[in-house]
Amino acid sequence: MLNHILRRLCWSLLALLVMSLLVFAGVYAIGNPVDILVNPQADQAEIARSIAQLGLDRPLWQQYGLFLRGALGGDLGNSFVAGVPAITLILERLPATLELALLAMLIAIVLGVPLGLLAGLKPESWLGRAIMAGSILGFSLPTFWVGLMLILLFSVQLGWLPTTGRGPTVELLGIPVSFLSWEGLRHLILPAANLALFKLALLIRLVRAGTREAMLQDYVRHARAKGVAEHAILRVHVLPNILIPVVTVAGLEFGSLVAFAVVTETVFAWPGMGKLLIDSIGLLDRPVIVAYLLVTVCLFILINLAVDLLYAALDPRVRAR
Amino acid sequence: MNAAAAAASPTREFAAGFARDRVAVAALALLGLLLAAALGASWISPQDPYDLAQLDILDARLAPGSASSAGGIYWLGSDGQGRDLLSAILHGLRISLGVGILSTVAALAIGLVIGLVSARAGGWIDALLMRVVDLQLSFPSILVALILLAVTGQGVDRIIVALVVVQWAYYARTVRGAALVELKREYVDAAVCAGYGEARILFRHVLPNVLPPLIVVATVQVAHAIALEATLSFLGLGLPITEPSLGLLIANGYTYLLSGQYWISVFPGLALLLAIVSINLVGDRLRDMLNPRLH
Repeated sequence: MLNHILRRLCWSLLALLVMSLLVFAGVYAIGNPVDILVNPQADQAEIARSIAQLGLDRPLWQQYGLFLRGALGGDLGNSFVAGVPAITLILERLPATLELALLAMLIAIVLGVPLGLLAGLKPESWLGRAIMAGSILGFSLPTFWVGLMLILLFSVQLGWLPTTGRGPTVELLGIPVSFLSWEGLRHLILPAANLALFKLALLIRLVRAGTREAMLQDYVRHARAKGVAEHAILRVHVLPNILIPVVTVAGLEFGSLVAFAVVTETVFAWPGMGKLLIDSIGLLDRPVIVAYLLVTVCLFILINLAVDLLYAALDPRVRAR
Repeated sequence: MNAAAAAASPTREFAAGFARDRVAVAALALLGLLLAAALGASWISPQDPYDLAQLDILDARLAPGSASSAGGIYWLGSDGQGRDLLSAILHGLRISLGVGILSTVAALAIGLVIGLVSARAGGWIDALLMRVVDLQLSFPSILVALILLAVTGQGVDRIIVALVVVQWAYYARTVRGAALVELKREYVDAAVCAGYGEARILFRHVLPNVLPPLIVVATVQVAHAIALEATLSFLGLGLPITEPSLGLLIANGYTYLLSGQYWISVFPGLALLLAIVSINLVGDRLRDMLNPRLH
């Protein structure tokens, strides 16, 4: 088990290194940051000074070496635009993104598991068909368009909820969060629902397929033959078997939720790191783009480890190995 | 005798099985209609949305059903530049479907070759290729595509490349798994004994056996590719403003949405939705039919 985790960790670190190299080389190729960052009215001497200050006059491999050394010490370079450390900018925005993604995942699980169970138990009933139709729709609808429609319906037409932004935040253990105040919650609910939709559809399908397969297994037939009540069969035999893939998928999908938050944050002007990424791509703010990617990749590594551990806790077969 | 044989042919049987689900048949019909509309966009749309001479800025943001200054009617309204939305949607549909299908076919072809080679070669080649696939698949497609486009800039060719890059690994892994099973079968041994070359065995004998389930997967992937392209274009990273796909049309309408001019975003979105839903419904039906666990 420990061996397994160590191997996974090594693999993830290698992935991190490769990604940082690719991203750095790629972002360097976009264009000349000097054109954007230095005042066009500046004379040659001023431009040269700015280039030297930003380290843009050195060979690419040296820039990468500097960057890598800095990254190991938690210093990913200063934002070209804001002039403050890129990692600070990203970490300032991280709580907003995580809050959004966590609430979205919560919504997806709390609604997805029971709906998937219902659809899996009675796949031919009208309810089962309706749930599946909804799931196909949730799967098909592009996130950004649903976001726009949510704004159109709940904000523009009905006027119930604010259109965009995060609203006021409350400090919780030094981290600004939205869900503790009514106004903050009102700002949070639409983006979170929007982000949850795709994962909700995915979980419904997963749980439905798992339920359908589990109900045909011998252990369910055996339990029925023994006279075990239906709800007990569900709770004791079916649910634990379905939850294993659910935990894996929910865990692994959390990373993609953070990545997809880029879209939702752009639609709802939610001040998370995804919106920062899009803004930075527009401004060619290299350090921020690289910092975003490295923070996201680190997040992925942590998530994968957590899923591995949870998996072992849930499935005795993995523990025994 | 002849007729009986034809009725029992696998293709006929498959078509009859497919037709048992009326929703899937309706979806297939809708998909055909959308494809026809996209292909014929230049002939059936009332206006050429790329021809600036046909646009009148005074007609900007007219509600659906308004009369245009040229005498026609904007059935779905007009956008911020005075462009007939119906024409723009038909042309946008062509770009969206084209990009989605082309990128999926290219990714499928690349994934097929890499998967087959990986399965046949084994050893370090297999290990290396599969590690690359692992690395690629451990990142969400939207993130990879976003970064690629940020690096390469906008354009139809760039977005197709980006969509191929995010999709190929998935096929490569699926093909490798299926090919490993097929390579153990007797017909492969027979082909080896007959003295056929590696390439002939892989592409003439193994390929046809791994292809059918893969095509079903690809059907659903086209829908994903279309949605991803629309998302990237919406974020301003996909197609340039001169080639408005459905995603870009929706993005253009975003500005006017808050002032209640809903149609500029809603109608392109509905077209996108119809395309994706119909593809998914057809793909789902095909997948259900091919899943032996449900029979």
